[in-house]
Amino acid sequence: MTLLIAVTLFTLAVFLGLELISKVPATLHTPLMSGSNAISGITLIGALVSAGADHSTLTTVLGFFAVVLATINVVGGFVVTNRMLSMFTKRKKRES
Amino acid sequence: MSRANVIDLGYLVAAVLFIVGLKGLGRPRTAPRGNLMGATGMLIAVLVTLVDQSILSYQFLAIGLALGIAIGALLALRVQMTSMPELVALFNGFGGGASVLVAASSFIEINELGNSTGQIAVAAAVTSLVGAMTLSGSMIAFGKLQGRLKWNGFRGLPIVRILVALVSLAFAVQIGGFQPEGQLSLWLLIAGGFLLGILCAVPIGGADMPVVIALLNALSGVAASTTGFVLDNSLLIIAGSLVGASGLVLTQIMCKAMNRSLLDVLFGAAPSAVDSGDDIYGDQVTSTSAEEIAMLLELAERVVIVPGYGMAVAQAQHAVRELMQTLQASDVEVSFGIHPVAGRMPGHMNVLLAEAEIDYEHLLDMDQVNPTFKRADVTIVIGANDVVNPAARNDPDSPIAGMPILDVDDSRTVVVVKRSLSPGFAGIANPLFIADNTLLYFSDAREGILEVTKALTES
Repeated sequence: MTLLIAVTLFTLAVFLGLELISKVPATLHTPLMSGSNAISGITLIGALVSAGADHSTLTTVLGFFAVVLATINVVGGFVVTNRMLSMFTKRKKRES
Repeated sequence: MSRANVIDLGYLVAAVLFIVGLKGLGRPRTAPRGNLMGATGMLIAVLVTLVDQSILSYQFLAIGLALGIAIGALLALRVQMTSMPELVALFNGFGGGASVLVAASSFIEINELGNSTGQIAVAAAVTSLVGAMTLSGSMIAFGKLQGRLKWNGFRGLPIVRILVALVSLAFAVQIGGFQPEGQLSLWLLIAGGFLLGILCAVPIGGADMPVVIALLNALSGVAASTTGFVLDNSLLIIAGSLVGASGLVLTQIMCKAMNRSLLDVLFGAAPSAVDSGDDIYGDQVTSTSAEEIAMLLELAERVVIVPGYGMAVAQAQHAVRELMQTLQASDVEVSFGIHPVAGRMPGHMNVLLAEAEIDYEHLLDMDQVNPTFKRADVTIVIGANDVVNPAARNDPDSPIAGMPILDVDDSRTVVVVKRSLSPGFAGIANPLFIADNTLLYFSDAREGILEVTKALTES
Protein backbone atom coordinates (compact mmCIF):
# COMPACT_ATOMS: atom_id res chain seq x y z
CA MET A 1 0.00 0.00 0.00
CA THR A 2 1.45 3.35 -0.96
CA LEU A 3 1.34 6.26 1.45
CA LEU A 4 -1.16 8.04 -0.78
CA ILE A 5 -3.59 5.12 -0.69
CA ALA A 6 -3.22 4.90 3.08
CA VAL A 7 -3.93 8.63 3.45
CA THR A 8 -6.93 8.30 1.09
CA LEU A 9 -8.39 5.49 3.23
CA PHE A 10 -7.80 7.53 6.37
CA THR A 11 -9.49 10.65 4.97
CA LEU A 12 -12.51 8.83 3.57
CA ALA A 13 -13.01 6.89 6.81
CA VAL A 14 -12.90 10.11 8.85
CA PHE A 15 -15.60 11.70 6.72
CA LEU A 16 -17.66 8.52 6.89
CA GLY A 17 -17.32 8.46 10.69
CA LEU A 18 -18.47 12.08 10.95
CA GLU A 19 -21.52 11.32 8.78
CA LEU A 20 -22.48 8.12 10.60
CA ILE A 21 -22.61 9.61 14.07
CA SER A 22 -24.33 12.93 13.61
CA LYS A 23 -27.76 13.12 15.29
CA VAL A 24 -27.41 10.27 17.73
CA PRO A 25 -29.97 10.52 20.56
CA ALA A 26 -28.54 11.11 24.06
CA THR A 27 -29.88 7.74 25.23
CA LEU A 28 -27.32 6.05 23.01
CA HIS A 29 -24.30 8.21 23.82
CA THR A 30 -22.80 5.75 26.28
CA PRO A 31 -23.44 2.55 24.29
CA LEU A 32 -22.15 4.28 21.18
CA MET A 33 -18.99 5.23 22.99
CA SER A 34 -18.35 1.80 24.49
CA GLY A 35 -19.25 0.06 21.23
CA SER A 36 -17.00 2.23 19.09
CA ASN A 37 -14.31 1.87 21.73
CA ALA A 38 -14.48 -1.89 21.27
CA ILE A 39 -13.99 -1.37 17.53
CA SER A 40 -10.87 0.71 18.22
CA GLY A 41 -9.52 -2.46 19.82
CA ILE A 42 -8.91 -3.55 16.20
CA THR A 43 -5.28 -2.89 17.06
CA LEU A 44 -5.55 -6.48 18.34
CA ILE A 45 -4.86 -7.83 14.84
CA GLY A 46 -1.56 -5.95 14.81
CA ALA A 47 -0.82 -7.27 18.28
CA LEU A 48 -1.41 -10.86 17.13
CA VAL A 49 1.17 -10.51 14.36
CA SER A 50 3.69 -8.84 16.71
CA ALA A 51 3.29 -11.51 19.37
CA GLY A 52 3.40 -14.43 16.95
CA ALA A 53 6.16 -13.34 14.58
CA ASP A 54 8.89 -14.79 16.79
CA HIS A 55 11.27 -11.98 15.86
CA SER A 56 12.93 -11.36 19.22
CA THR A 57 12.09 -11.77 22.89
CA LEU A 58 11.45 -8.04 23.25
CA THR A 59 9.00 -7.77 20.36
CA THR A 60 7.22 -10.96 21.47
CA VAL A 61 6.83 -9.69 25.03
CA LEU A 62 5.55 -6.30 23.80
CA GLY A 63 3.20 -8.08 21.42
CA PHE A 64 1.96 -10.41 24.15
CA PHE A 65 0.97 -7.55 26.45
CA ALA A 66 -0.62 -5.77 23.49
CA VAL A 67 -2.73 -8.88 22.80
CA VAL A 68 -3.90 -8.96 26.43
CA LEU A 69 -4.79 -5.26 26.59
CA ALA A 70 -6.46 -5.18 23.18
CA THR A 71 -8.49 -8.34 23.90
CA ILE A 72 -9.74 -6.86 27.19
CA ASN A 73 -10.70 -3.75 25.22
CA VAL A 74 -12.50 -5.68 22.49
CA VAL A 75 -14.30 -8.33 24.56
CA GLY A 76 -15.11 -6.03 27.48
CA GLY A 77 -16.33 -3.28 25.15
CA PHE A 78 -18.72 -5.41 23.13
CA VAL A 79 -20.03 -7.31 26.16
CA VAL A 80 -20.70 -4.22 28.25
CA THR A 81 -22.38 -2.49 25.31
CA ASN A 82 -24.58 -5.51 24.82
CA ARG A 83 -25.45 -5.46 28.50
CA MET A 84 -26.47 -1.81 28.36
CA LEU A 85 -28.49 -2.18 25.19
CA SER A 86 -30.36 -5.21 26.51
CA MET A 87 -31.58 -3.01 29.38
CA PHE A 88 -33.31 -0.85 26.79
CA THR A 89 -34.90 -3.69 24.83
CA LYS A 90 -35.97 -5.73 27.84
CA ARG A 91 -38.38 -2.98 28.78
CA LYS A 92 -39.73 -2.72 25.25
CA LYS A 93 -40.62 -6.40 25.13
CA ARG A 94 -42.44 -6.41 28.44
CA GLU A 95 -44.65 -3.56 27.33
CA SER A 96 -45.74 -5.03 24.05
CA MET B 1 -6.87 -17.93 -3.58
CA SER B 2 -3.66 -17.06 -1.81
CA ARG B 3 -3.44 -16.49 1.92
CA ALA B 4 -2.91 -12.77 1.42
CA ASN B 5 -6.12 -12.57 -0.61
CA VAL B 6 -8.09 -14.38 2.08
CA ILE B 7 -6.81 -11.95 4.68
CA ASP B 8 -7.57 -8.89 2.57
CA LEU B 9 -11.07 -10.12 1.76
CA GLY B 10 -11.68 -10.87 5.43
CA TYR B 11 -10.56 -7.35 6.29
CA LEU B 12 -12.94 -5.90 3.72
CA VAL B 13 -15.87 -7.80 5.22
CA ALA B 14 -14.83 -6.67 8.70
CA ALA B 15 -14.58 -3.02 7.59
CA VAL B 16 -18.09 -3.16 6.10
CA LEU B 17 -19.45 -4.75 9.28
CA PHE B 18 -17.82 -2.00 11.38
CA ILE B 19 -19.39 0.72 9.23
CA VAL B 20 -22.88 -0.83 9.23
CA GLY B 21 -22.50 -1.65 12.93
CA LEU B 22 -21.59 1.93 13.86
CA LYS B 23 -24.54 3.21 11.86
CA GLY B 24 -26.79 0.77 13.71
CA LEU B 25 -25.50 1.96 17.08
CA GLY B 26 -26.92 5.40 16.29
CA ARG B 27 -30.59 4.37 16.52
CA PRO B 28 -32.31 2.75 19.52
CA ARG B 29 -34.05 0.06 17.50
CA THR B 30 -31.00 -1.09 15.56
CA ALA B 31 -28.38 -0.57 18.28
CA PRO B 32 -28.19 -4.15 19.64
CA ARG B 33 -27.81 -5.50 16.12
CA GLY B 34 -25.21 -2.84 15.33
CA ASN B 35 -23.16 -3.90 18.31
CA LEU B 36 -23.40 -7.53 17.26
CA MET B 37 -22.26 -6.65 13.75
CA GLY B 38 -19.23 -4.84 15.13
CA ALA B 39 -18.36 -7.88 17.24
CA THR B 40 -18.77 -10.18 14.25
CA GLY B 41 -16.48 -7.95 12.18
CA MET B 42 -13.89 -8.14 14.93
CA LEU B 43 -14.13 -11.94 15.11
CA ILE B 44 -13.65 -12.25 11.34
CA ALA B 45 -10.69 -9.87 11.43
CA VAL B 46 -9.01 -11.87 14.20
CA LEU B 47 -9.66 -15.23 12.55
CA VAL B 48 -8.21 -14.27 9.16
CA THR B 49 -5.22 -12.63 10.88
CA LEU B 50 -4.43 -15.95 12.54
CA VAL B 51 -3.73 -17.53 9.12
CA ASP B 52 -1.12 -14.82 8.41
CA GLN B 53 2.09 -16.62 7.48
CA SER B 54 4.27 -14.28 9.52
CA ILE B 55 2.74 -15.76 12.66
CA LEU B 56 5.05 -18.62 13.60
CA SER B 57 4.21 -19.52 17.15
CA TYR B 58 0.75 -19.64 18.60
CA GLN B 59 1.25 -20.42 22.27
CA PHE B 60 1.66 -16.80 23.37
CA LEU B 61 -1.32 -15.79 21.29
CA ALA B 62 -3.51 -18.41 22.91
CA ILE B 63 -2.45 -17.38 26.41
CA GLY B 64 -2.83 -13.68 25.65
CA LEU B 65 -6.25 -14.09 24.07
CA ALA B 66 -7.50 -16.31 26.89
CA LEU B 67 -6.29 -13.84 29.53
CA GLY B 68 -7.84 -10.90 27.70
CA ILE B 69 -11.18 -12.63 27.18
CA ALA B 70 -11.38 -13.68 30.82
CA ILE B 71 -10.49 -10.26 32.22
CA GLY B 72 -12.59 -8.34 29.70
CA ALA B 73 -15.70 -10.46 30.19
CA LEU B 74 -15.33 -10.40 33.96
CA LEU B 75 -15.03 -6.61 34.04
CA ALA B 76 -17.93 -6.12 31.62
CA LEU B 77 -20.31 -8.51 33.37
CA ARG B 78 -19.60 -7.46 36.93
CA VAL B 79 -19.47 -3.68 36.60
CA GLN B 80 -22.29 -1.72 38.19
CA MET B 81 -24.03 0.76 35.95
CA THR B 82 -22.99 3.60 38.25
CA SER B 83 -19.33 2.70 37.60
CA MET B 84 -19.74 2.74 33.84
CA PRO B 85 -17.68 5.93 33.34
CA GLU B 86 -14.68 4.31 35.06
CA LEU B 87 -14.95 1.18 32.93
CA VAL B 88 -15.21 3.15 29.69
CA ALA B 89 -12.16 5.20 30.72
CA LEU B 90 -10.26 2.01 31.51
CA PHE B 91 -11.09 0.39 28.16
CA ASN B 92 -10.09 3.55 26.30
CA GLY B 93 -6.75 3.45 28.08
CA PHE B 94 -6.19 -0.22 27.29
CA GLY B 95 -6.89 0.42 23.62
CA GLY B 96 -4.38 3.28 23.53
CA GLY B 97 -1.83 1.23 25.47
CA ALA B 98 -2.19 -1.73 23.12
CA SER B 99 -1.59 0.53 20.11
CA VAL B 100 1.62 1.89 21.66
CA LEU B 101 2.91 -1.62 22.34
CA VAL B 102 2.10 -2.78 18.80
CA ALA B 103 3.69 0.29 17.22
CA ALA B 104 6.83 -0.08 19.35
CA SER B 105 7.14 -3.80 18.76
CA SER B 106 6.65 -3.46 14.99
CA PHE B 107 8.95 -0.46 14.72
CA ILE B 108 11.74 -2.34 16.47
CA GLU B 109 11.21 -5.41 14.30
CA ILE B 110 11.08 -3.44 11.05
CA ASN B 111 14.25 -1.55 11.98
CA GLU B 112 16.15 -4.69 12.88
CA LEU B 113 15.16 -6.18 9.55
CA GLY B 114 16.38 -2.98 7.89
CA ASN B 115 13.07 -2.19 6.22
CA SER B 116 12.28 1.12 7.88
CA THR B 117 10.97 4.06 5.92
CA GLY B 118 10.12 7.64 6.78
CA GLN B 119 6.42 6.83 6.72
CA ILE B 120 6.79 4.03 9.26
CA ALA B 121 8.99 6.14 11.53
CA VAL B 122 6.60 9.10 11.52
CA ALA B 123 3.58 6.85 12.09
CA ALA B 124 5.35 5.04 14.96
CA ALA B 125 6.23 8.39 16.54
CA VAL B 126 2.64 9.69 16.32
CA THR B 127 1.21 6.43 17.67
CA SER B 128 3.64 6.45 20.59
CA LEU B 129 2.69 9.98 21.55
CA VAL B 130 -1.09 9.70 21.08
CA GLY B 131 -1.36 6.17 22.47
CA ALA B 132 0.72 6.90 25.56
CA MET B 133 -1.31 10.06 26.23
CA THR B 134 -4.53 8.07 25.88
CA LEU B 135 -3.25 5.44 28.30
CA SER B 136 -2.08 7.78 31.06
CA GLY B 137 -4.93 10.26 30.56
CA SER B 138 -7.43 7.42 30.94
CA MET B 139 -5.72 6.16 34.07
CA ILE B 140 -5.95 9.64 35.62
CA ALA B 141 -9.61 9.92 34.56
CA PHE B 142 -10.22 6.46 36.08
CA GLY B 143 -8.62 7.51 39.39
CA LYS B 144 -10.61 10.74 39.50
CA LEU B 145 -13.89 9.00 38.69
CA GLN B 146 -13.28 6.50 41.47
CA GLY B 147 -12.71 9.42 43.79
CA ARG B 148 -9.32 8.05 44.83
CA LEU B 149 -7.29 10.67 43.02
CA LYS B 150 -7.76 14.13 44.48
CA TRP B 151 -4.61 15.75 43.10
CA ASN B 152 -5.40 18.70 40.87
CA GLY B 153 -1.89 19.63 39.80
CA PHE B 154 0.47 22.34 40.94
CA ARG B 155 1.07 26.01 40.20
CA GLY B 156 3.56 25.75 37.36
CA LEU B 157 1.73 22.95 35.61
CA PRO B 158 0.91 24.76 32.34
CA ILE B 159 4.59 25.65 31.82
CA VAL B 160 5.80 22.14 32.63
CA ARG B 161 3.20 20.81 30.23
CA ILE B 162 4.48 22.99 27.39
CA LEU B 163 8.08 21.96 28.15
CA VAL B 164 7.24 18.26 28.12
CA ALA B 165 5.28 18.74 24.90
CA LEU B 166 8.24 20.46 23.23
CA VAL B 167 10.74 17.83 24.36
CA SER B 168 8.41 15.06 23.15
CA LEU B 169 8.04 16.82 19.85
CA ALA B 170 11.81 16.95 19.53
CA PHE B 171 12.03 13.18 20.03
CA ALA B 172 9.26 12.69 17.49
CA VAL B 173 11.08 14.79 14.90
CA GLN B 174 14.28 12.91 15.64
CA ILE B 175 12.58 9.56 15.06
CA GLY B 176 10.65 10.67 12.00
CA GLY B 177 13.19 12.77 10.19
CA PHE B 178 16.75 12.20 11.12
CA GLN B 179 17.22 8.93 12.85
CA PRO B 180 14.65 6.33 11.88
CA GLU B 181 16.55 3.64 13.77
CA GLY B 182 16.37 5.46 17.10
CA GLN B 183 14.96 2.92 19.52
CA LEU B 184 15.96 4.96 22.56
CA SER B 185 14.19 8.02 21.16
CA LEU B 186 11.06 5.94 20.76
CA TRP B 187 11.07 4.90 24.42
CA LEU B 188 11.71 8.46 25.50
CA LEU B 189 8.87 9.64 23.29
CA ILE B 190 6.52 7.09 24.85
CA ALA B 191 7.59 8.30 28.31
CA GLY B 192 7.01 11.89 27.20
CA GLY B 193 3.54 11.07 25.89
CA PHE B 194 2.71 9.26 29.12
CA LEU B 195 3.80 12.27 31.19
CA LEU B 196 1.91 14.65 28.90
CA GLY B 197 -1.30 12.63 29.31
CA ILE B 198 -0.99 12.91 33.09
CA LEU B 199 -0.30 16.63 32.95
CA CYS B 200 -3.28 17.25 30.67
CA ALA B 201 -5.74 15.15 32.65
CA VAL B 202 -4.81 16.05 36.21
CA PRO B 203 -6.25 19.61 36.36
CA ILE B 204 -9.57 18.57 34.81
CA GLY B 205 -12.53 18.64 37.19
CA GLY B 206 -15.45 16.27 37.49
CA ALA B 207 -17.93 18.32 35.46
CA ASP B 208 -15.60 18.29 32.46
CA MET B 209 -15.34 14.50 32.58
CA PRO B 210 -17.91 13.86 29.81
CA VAL B 211 -15.75 15.88 27.42
CA VAL B 212 -12.58 14.10 28.53
CA ILE B 213 -14.06 10.60 28.24
CA ALA B 214 -15.40 11.35 24.75
CA LEU B 215 -12.03 12.80 23.72
CA LEU B 216 -10.09 9.80 25.06
CA ASN B 217 -12.43 7.59 23.07
CA ALA B 218 -11.55 9.55 19.93
CA LEU B 219 -7.83 9.37 20.73
CA SER B 220 -7.89 5.60 21.17
CA GLY B 221 -9.30 5.45 17.66
CA VAL B 222 -6.63 7.78 16.30
CA ALA B 223 -3.91 5.65 17.90
CA ALA B 224 -5.30 2.51 16.24
CA SER B 225 -5.45 4.33 12.92
CA THR B 226 -1.83 5.53 13.03
CA THR B 227 -0.78 2.02 14.06
CA GLY B 228 -2.26 1.00 10.72
CA PHE B 229 0.24 3.29 8.99
CA VAL B 230 3.10 1.53 10.83
CA LEU B 231 1.86 -1.93 9.90
CA ASP B 232 0.64 -0.98 6.43
CA ASN B 233 -2.73 -2.41 7.45
CA SER B 234 -5.85 -0.98 5.78
CA LEU B 235 -8.35 -2.32 8.32
CA LEU B 236 -6.58 -0.63 11.23
CA ILE B 237 -6.58 2.65 9.33
CA ILE B 238 -10.28 2.44 8.43
CA ALA B 239 -11.61 1.19 11.78
CA GLY B 240 -9.37 3.51 13.79
CA SER B 241 -10.32 6.65 11.91
CA LEU B 242 -14.03 5.75 12.01
CA VAL B 243 -13.82 5.61 15.79
CA GLY B 244 -11.66 8.72 15.94
CA ALA B 245 -14.19 10.69 13.91
CA SER B 246 -17.23 9.46 15.81
CA GLY B 247 -15.48 10.20 19.11
CA LEU B 248 -14.78 13.70 17.88
CA VAL B 249 -18.47 14.26 17.05
CA LEU B 250 -19.41 13.21 20.57
CA THR B 251 -16.71 15.44 22.06
CA GLN B 252 -18.09 18.35 20.07
CA ILE B 253 -21.65 17.70 21.33
CA MET B 254 -20.36 17.69 24.92
CA CYS B 255 -18.37 20.90 24.45
CA LYS B 256 -21.39 22.64 22.97
CA ALA B 257 -23.50 21.58 25.93
CA MET B 258 -21.04 23.37 28.23
CA ASN B 259 -20.50 26.35 25.97
CA ARG B 260 -16.76 25.73 26.17
CA SER B 261 -14.28 24.97 23.46
CA LEU B 262 -12.18 21.85 23.62
CA LEU B 263 -9.07 23.97 24.16
CA ASP B 264 -10.78 25.68 27.10
CA VAL B 265 -11.50 22.36 28.76
CA LEU B 266 -7.98 21.01 28.23
CA PHE B 267 -5.84 24.05 28.75
CA GLY B 268 -8.07 26.74 30.22
CA ALA B 269 -7.84 27.43 33.91
CA ALA B 270 -10.71 25.72 35.64
CA PRO B 271 -12.92 28.22 37.48
CA SER B 272 -11.45 28.54 40.94
CA ALA B 273 -13.43 27.40 43.92
CA VAL B 274 -14.88 29.97 46.26
CA ASP B 275 -15.66 29.77 49.97
CA SER B 276 -18.01 27.18 51.34
CA GLY B 277 -21.65 27.55 50.42
CA ASP B 278 -23.06 28.53 53.80
CA ASP B 279 -21.38 31.92 53.68
CA ILE B 280 -22.79 32.79 50.26
CA TYR B 281 -26.37 31.89 50.89
CA GLY B 282 -26.64 32.87 54.54
CA ASP B 283 -30.14 32.23 55.80
CA GLN B 284 -31.92 33.04 52.55
CA VAL B 285 -32.41 29.35 51.89
CA THR B 286 -35.80 27.77 52.55
CA SER B 287 -35.42 24.18 53.60
CA THR B 288 -38.12 21.59 53.55
CA SER B 289 -39.01 18.06 54.67
CA ALA B 290 -40.16 14.84 53.04
CA GLU B 291 -43.71 15.36 54.34
CA GLU B 292 -43.93 18.84 52.87
CA ILE B 293 -42.68 17.61 49.48
CA ALA B 294 -45.21 14.79 49.57
CA MET B 295 -47.98 17.32 50.11
CA LEU B 296 -46.78 19.38 47.18
CA LEU B 297 -46.64 16.31 44.97
CA GLU B 298 -50.16 15.26 45.93
CA LEU B 299 -51.50 18.50 44.53
CA ALA B 300 -49.31 18.37 41.42
CA GLU B 301 -50.45 17.34 37.98
CA ARG B 302 -47.15 17.53 36.24
CA VAL B 303 -43.74 16.73 37.76
CA VAL B 304 -40.32 16.96 36.14
CA ILE B 305 -37.32 15.18 37.64
CA VAL B 306 -33.85 16.53 36.86
CA PRO B 307 -31.10 14.07 37.78
CA GLY B 308 -27.41 14.85 38.12
CA TYR B 309 -24.20 13.26 39.32
CA GLY B 310 -25.57 13.22 42.89
CA MET B 311 -28.12 10.62 41.83
CA ALA B 312 -25.33 8.40 40.49
CA VAL B 313 -23.19 8.76 43.61
CA ALA B 314 -26.10 7.87 45.88
CA GLN B 315 -27.26 5.04 43.57
CA ALA B 316 -30.68 6.62 43.78
CA GLN B 317 -32.00 5.52 40.39
CA HIS B 318 -34.18 2.71 41.75
CA ALA B 319 -35.59 4.94 44.48
CA VAL B 320 -36.40 7.48 41.76
CA ARG B 321 -38.21 4.81 39.76
CA GLU B 322 -40.37 3.95 42.79
CA LEU B 323 -41.23 7.60 43.27
CA MET B 324 -42.16 7.86 39.60
CA GLN B 325 -44.43 4.80 39.83
CA THR B 326 -46.10 6.07 42.98
CA LEU B 327 -46.80 9.40 41.30
CA GLN B 328 -48.01 7.78 38.10
CA ALA B 329 -50.38 5.58 40.11
CA SER B 330 -52.18 8.74 41.19
CA ASP B 331 -52.26 10.10 37.64
CA VAL B 332 -49.42 12.56 37.94
CA GLU B 333 -47.53 13.09 34.69
CA VAL B 334 -43.82 12.47 35.30
CA SER B 335 -40.97 13.21 32.92
CA PHE B 336 -37.22 13.47 33.24
CA GLY B 337 -35.15 16.43 32.03
CA ILE B 338 -31.64 15.40 31.13
CA HIS B 339 -28.81 17.79 30.44
CA PRO B 340 -26.24 16.45 27.94
CA VAL B 341 -23.37 16.81 30.42
CA ALA B 342 -25.23 15.68 33.56
CA GLY B 343 -23.06 13.05 35.22
CA ARG B 344 -19.56 12.03 34.33
CA MET B 345 -19.80 10.71 30.78
CA PRO B 346 -22.01 11.26 27.74
CA GLY B 347 -25.36 9.58 28.32
CA HIS B 348 -24.55 8.71 31.97
CA MET B 349 -28.03 9.56 33.32
CA ASN B 350 -29.75 7.69 30.50
CA VAL B 351 -27.85 4.50 31.32
CA LEU B 352 -28.67 4.72 35.03
CA LEU B 353 -32.36 5.38 34.43
CA ALA B 354 -32.47 2.55 31.91
CA GLU B 355 -30.96 0.25 34.52
CA ALA B 356 -33.80 1.23 36.84
CA GLU B 357 -36.17 0.25 34.00
CA ILE B 358 -37.48 3.72 33.34
CA ASP B 359 -38.72 3.90 29.78
CA TYR B 360 -36.65 6.18 27.62
CA GLU B 361 -39.80 7.78 26.27
CA HIS B 362 -40.03 9.57 29.63
CA LEU B 363 -36.52 10.96 29.23
CA LEU B 364 -36.49 14.37 27.59
CA ASP B 365 -33.36 16.11 26.43
CA MET B 366 -32.68 19.77 27.02
CA ASP B 367 -34.49 21.17 23.97
CA GLN B 368 -37.54 19.03 24.60
CA VAL B 369 -37.88 19.67 28.31
CA ASN B 370 -37.13 23.38 28.56
CA PRO B 371 -40.41 24.66 27.08
CA THR B 372 -42.33 22.36 29.45
CA PHE B 373 -40.99 23.70 32.76
CA LYS B 374 -43.54 26.54 32.67
CA ARG B 375 -46.30 23.95 32.92
CA ALA B 376 -44.59 21.92 35.65
CA ASP B 377 -46.09 22.11 39.12
CA VAL B 378 -43.06 20.62 40.83
CA THR B 379 -39.56 20.09 39.52
CA ILE B 380 -37.32 17.85 41.60
CA VAL B 381 -33.60 18.43 41.10
CA ILE B 382 -31.63 15.44 42.36
CA GLY B 383 -27.93 16.04 42.81
CA ALA B 384 -27.53 18.44 39.90
CA ASN B 385 -26.13 21.92 40.32
CA ASP B 386 -24.32 23.74 37.54
CA VAL B 387 -26.65 22.47 34.80
CA VAL B 388 -29.60 24.19 36.51
CA ASN B 389 -27.79 27.38 37.54
CA PRO B 390 -29.74 30.40 36.21
CA ALA B 391 -26.56 32.50 36.50
CA ALA B 392 -25.47 30.93 33.21
CA ARG B 393 -28.43 32.70 31.62
CA ASN B 394 -28.69 35.93 33.64
CA ASP B 395 -25.22 36.90 34.80
CA PRO B 396 -22.81 37.77 31.98
CA ASP B 397 -19.90 37.82 34.47
CA SER B 398 -20.51 34.31 35.71
CA PRO B 399 -17.78 31.77 34.83
CA ILE B 400 -20.44 29.59 33.25
CA ALA B 401 -22.20 32.46 31.42
CA GLY B 402 -23.72 31.26 28.16
CA MET B 403 -23.76 27.59 29.06
CA PRO B 404 -27.15 26.17 28.03
CA ILE B 405 -29.03 25.12 31.16
CA LEU B 406 -32.28 23.48 32.15
CA ASP B 407 -34.74 26.27 33.01
CA VAL B 408 -36.06 24.58 36.15
CA ASP B 409 -36.75 27.98 37.76
CA ASP B 410 -39.66 28.39 35.33
CA SER B 411 -41.70 25.75 37.15
CA ARG B 412 -44.06 26.65 39.97
CA THR B 413 -42.04 24.99 42.70
CA VAL B 414 -38.50 23.65 42.57
CA VAL B 415 -37.35 21.08 45.10
CA VAL B 416 -33.59 20.65 45.24
CA VAL B 417 -32.38 17.43 46.85
CA LYS B 418 -28.82 18.04 47.99
CA ARG B 419 -26.60 16.79 50.74
CA SER B 420 -25.20 20.19 51.63
CA LEU B 421 -24.83 23.66 50.20
CA SER B 422 -21.38 23.05 48.83
CA PRO B 423 -20.95 24.67 45.43
CA GLY B 424 -20.80 22.50 42.29
CA PHE B 425 -17.69 21.79 40.30
CA ALA B 426 -17.60 25.29 38.87
CA GLY B 427 -17.41 26.56 42.45
CA ILE B 428 -19.97 29.26 41.86
CA ALA B 429 -23.02 30.22 43.84
CA ASN B 430 -26.33 29.04 42.46
CA PRO B 431 -29.05 31.74 42.70
CA LEU B 432 -31.60 28.98 42.18
CA PHE B 433 -31.11 27.90 45.80
CA ILE B 434 -32.30 31.25 47.16
CA ALA B 435 -35.09 31.81 44.63
CA ASP B 436 -38.58 32.35 46.11
CA ASN B 437 -40.01 29.24 44.47
CA THR B 438 -37.16 26.94 45.52
CA LEU B 439 -37.19 24.59 48.49
CA LEU B 440 -34.05 22.79 49.61
CA TYR B 441 -34.28 19.28 50.92
CA PHE B 442 -31.03 18.41 52.65
CA SER B 443 -30.57 14.68 52.30
CA ASP B 444 -28.70 11.91 50.59
CA ALA B 445 -30.44 11.46 47.23
CA ARG B 446 -31.47 7.83 47.79
CA GLU B 447 -32.59 8.17 51.42
CA GLY B 448 -34.35 11.42 50.63
CA ILE B 449 -36.35 10.10 47.69
CA LEU B 450 -37.29 6.95 49.63
CA GLU B 451 -38.58 9.16 52.47
CA VAL B 452 -40.68 11.20 50.05
CA THR B 453 -42.19 8.08 48.49
CA LYS B 454 -42.96 6.73 51.96
CA ALA B 455 -44.63 9.97 52.97
CA LEU B 456 -46.65 9.89 49.76
CA THR B 457 -47.95 6.35 50.25
CA GLU B 458 -48.72 6.84 53.94
CA SER B 459 -50.80 9.95 53.48
